[in-house]
Amino acid sequence: MSSENVRFTDFKSDKQPTWCPGCGDFGTMNGMMKALAETGNSPDDTFVVAGIGCSGKIGTYMRSYALHGVHGRALPVGTGAKLANPDLEVMVAGGDGDGYSIGVGHFIHAVRRNVDITYVVMDNRIYGLTKGQASPTSRPDFETSTTPEGSKQQPVNPLALAMSAGGSFIAQSFSSDAMRHTEIVREAIEHDGFSLVNTFSPCVTFNDVDTYDYFRDSLVDLSEEDDYDRHDYDQAKDAILDADKEYMGVLYQDENSTPYHEAHGVTENMAEIPDGAPDGATDLVREFY
Amino acid sequence: MHDDLNWAIGGEAGDGIASTGKIFAQALSRAGRHVFTSKDFASRIRGGYTAYKVRTSVDEVQSVVDRLDVLIALTERTVDENLDELHDDSVIIFDGDRTEFSDFEAPDDTVGLDVPLKSLAEDAGGAIMRNIVALGAVCAVTDFPIENLDESLEKRFGSKGESIVENNKAAARLGYEYVNDEYPEAEATYELETTDEDYVLLNGDEAIGMGAIAAGCRFYAGYPITPATDVMEYLTGRIDQFGGHVVQAEDELSAINMALGAARAGARAMTATSGPGIDLMSETFGLVATSETPLVITNVMRSGPSTGMPTKQEQGDLNMMLYGGHGEVPRFVLAPTSVAECFHKTVEAFNLAEKYQLPVYLTADLSMAVTERTYEPDEFDMDEVEVDRGKLVDEDEISAWQNEKDQFKPHAVTADGISPRAVPGTEGGVHMSTGLEHDELGRRTEDTDVRVEQVDKRNQKVETAEEREDFDYREFGDGDADSLVISWGSNEGTIVEALDYLDDLDVRVLSVPYIFPRPDLTEDVQAAENVVVVEANATGQFADVIEHDTLERVDRINKYDGVDFKADELADEIKQTLEA
Repeated sequence: MSSENVRFTDFKSDKQPTWCPGCGDFGTMNGMMKALAETGNSPDDTFVVAGIGCSGKIGTYMRSYALHGVHGRALPVGTGAKLANPDLEVMVAGGDGDGYSIGVGHFIHAVRRNVDITYVVMDNRIYGLTKGQASPTSRPDFETSTTPEGSKQQPVNPLALAMSAGGSFIAQSFSSDAMRHTEIVREAIEHDGFSLVNTFSPCVTFNDVDTYDYFRDSLVDLSEEDDYDRHDYDQAKDAILDADKEYMGVLYQDENSTPYHEAHGVTENMAEIPDGAPDGATDLVREFY
Repeated sequence: MHDDLNWAIGGEAGDGIASTGKIFAQALSRAGRHVFTSKDFASRIRGGYTAYKVRTSVDEVQSVVDRLDVLIALTERTVDENLDELHDDSVIIFDGDRTEFSDFEAPDDTVGLDVPLKSLAEDAGGAIMRNIVALGAVCAVTDFPIENLDESLEKRFGSKGESIVENNKAAARLGYEYVNDEYPEAEATYELETTDEDYVLLNGDEAIGMGAIAAGCRFYAGYPITPATDVMEYLTGRIDQFGGHVVQAEDELSAINMALGAARAGARAMTATSGPGIDLMSETFGLVATSETPLVITNVMRSGPSTGMPTKQEQGDLNMMLYGGHGEVPRFVLAPTSVAECFHKTVEAFNLAEKYQLPVYLTADLSMAVTERTYEPDEFDMDEVEVDRGKLVDEDEISAWQNEKDQFKPHAVTADGISPRAVPGTEGGVHMSTGLEHDELGRRTEDTDVRVEQVDKRNQKVETAEEREDFDYREFGDGDADSLVISWGSNEGTIVEALDYLDDLDVRVLSVPYIFPRPDLTEDVQAAENVVVVEANATGQFADVIEHDTLERVDRINKYDGVDFKADELADEIKQTLEA
């Protein structure tokens, strides 16, 4: 398939999503598909990895090469795929539980490795698939079946984690703002390095606090803030640590960062190998004389 | 018996024991002698004792024995640790200037050579070379041409500059001359004959790493763990020369998932770890199997459970590899039986993984991983390596595996259980896979018929492999003997050497490198009068498997003290067990 002719519907499978009607994940996925098409990618050259949770189903509803893996380990899978074939467009999707709870260790290290993949986290601040338990991004006073009096714990700030790990592209979007979400994911794809897009993706069934209305009313769109410079580390730091406001847009980008495969000279498609030992293999034996 | 010499250097961790031992082992190998090395990390007594042992002969050697002929003792404790192995003609080289040796007397009947290692080293340019002075002394005691040591010193110190190399050569000569001048009676106590043979000297971890590159492995992800780290260190820097890459992951959970991702992208990928890492990787193991992804997982076993004895030998993970993970998961388990077989079985593991699209455990153990052994270079003939990628399909073959909607079927149900495999970038091959039970398209299903069909198809691959592959044992000893000795993994060499100590007792030895699928030993076991299974664990995990397969009881020899089997000791145990 020539990539010039790709439309976003080419990234859509014939499987109907089983997400609840009104789920934020619809909008998140649509933006991902549009952004992939707009950046000239084709399903044949795209590899989507997802973990476990409502977000994990995305590989089924999108059309591309995909792996739906185990809980919390999607980023390592995406890392391996990208390094094995740097020509692939690798997109990893997950939820706040997958990425910031069970998989938070991998998240930090994926950020610092700066492998050129795009990580879209559908952050709904609740565990949806298991029917409504607290997530690492839930508010401290949010009452759930496992936290009847609230978690009384500080929520994880994923943007701050990414920044502290040296993130080169840190963004936040809102699934309901289709145009801005698509635009932000597109920029993430175009960024040479690891891109985090934390996407508020409301759960209409189990979260009556972090709702569409809440995000619509409270999110500050940085594209409308004339004096905001995404390349200004200190400004980004202040926005990310701002306890009073939540922002939408690219909070920080270092366009001069070196992606992992360039830093390590990984350029070849490792899938292509000879049908015998590679040339020069006998030199390995000679080393042992 | 072999015309062999058993040599060791021992001292505190940090005394340069391993590098000194390696220098001597390489000198012997370059002089056309066979070498088998082993390492004692510790200890009947607590503390930092460490030793490097070399057994050498003009004939092949493949085991340690319970005898020590020449010992460089950097500490008095080194002598205590090895008392049992010293004998009337043993020579002990020590530095009497060291305080702890001030009242030292060599054990009864052994020969103690007090050589001022440190002060001679200082004469040659630095106290750091005291071990090299000791090697020079060894050359005198063993009538080994000191020039053979020079090449080894050049290889070890060449990168540090000419003067360092020359100083070391001078240090060796000072030790050599000191023995000749002060202890002429000890000169040539042993005679190490040299030959014109050219050998290579390598350990099991290095053989696995070299085998991986030969087989086309291009991606390795791992997390450092004793005794598997050498595989990663071997590949680092070398695999890059062949277009590959090594990633040091943040943990073993990540390592196996990275390797899985690379394998999904079409690379031949591997991770290597030891027991504690296998525990973590078992989370993803089922996903590898059910998504039908080819992957080689190397397990270099060490003593468990939990942190166990991390620098000690054990074959305790067999059940874990055979049965580990929830649910029922087809997997292959290969257990190379020698250092050379580590190379060959690694190549085979990659082919099996791709032909049958499943995870393959390749298991070595600590003793084989750190054992250096000499081979003819032809043993590692790269022209013999064949790469079989199984049903990997390209764009022209895709259409045969699409449904009426042009959707590719990565889990197509076939007679042999093996589906076509398309990797990202292959036009028309777009598909997903998942750890959920899935249909032929790789999509989640709970349809009862499809579930049964997919389970059967995955298990069919094992049956297909049993039909197509030659999962045979290696046989040694007397094929007509009534007594049968069975082994798996690294014990082969020791058992073969033990045959020499069995005198008039004839035994047939079956050394099994394929744990699953494995050869059917029913006829062999039933035909034998006595059967004993030798393994380095407490419960006899392979013996259990043999009993399960053959419905016959077998005897067991189990060693789980963390120390390698020794040929002479093992021969005694085999005799006792078979004659009981």
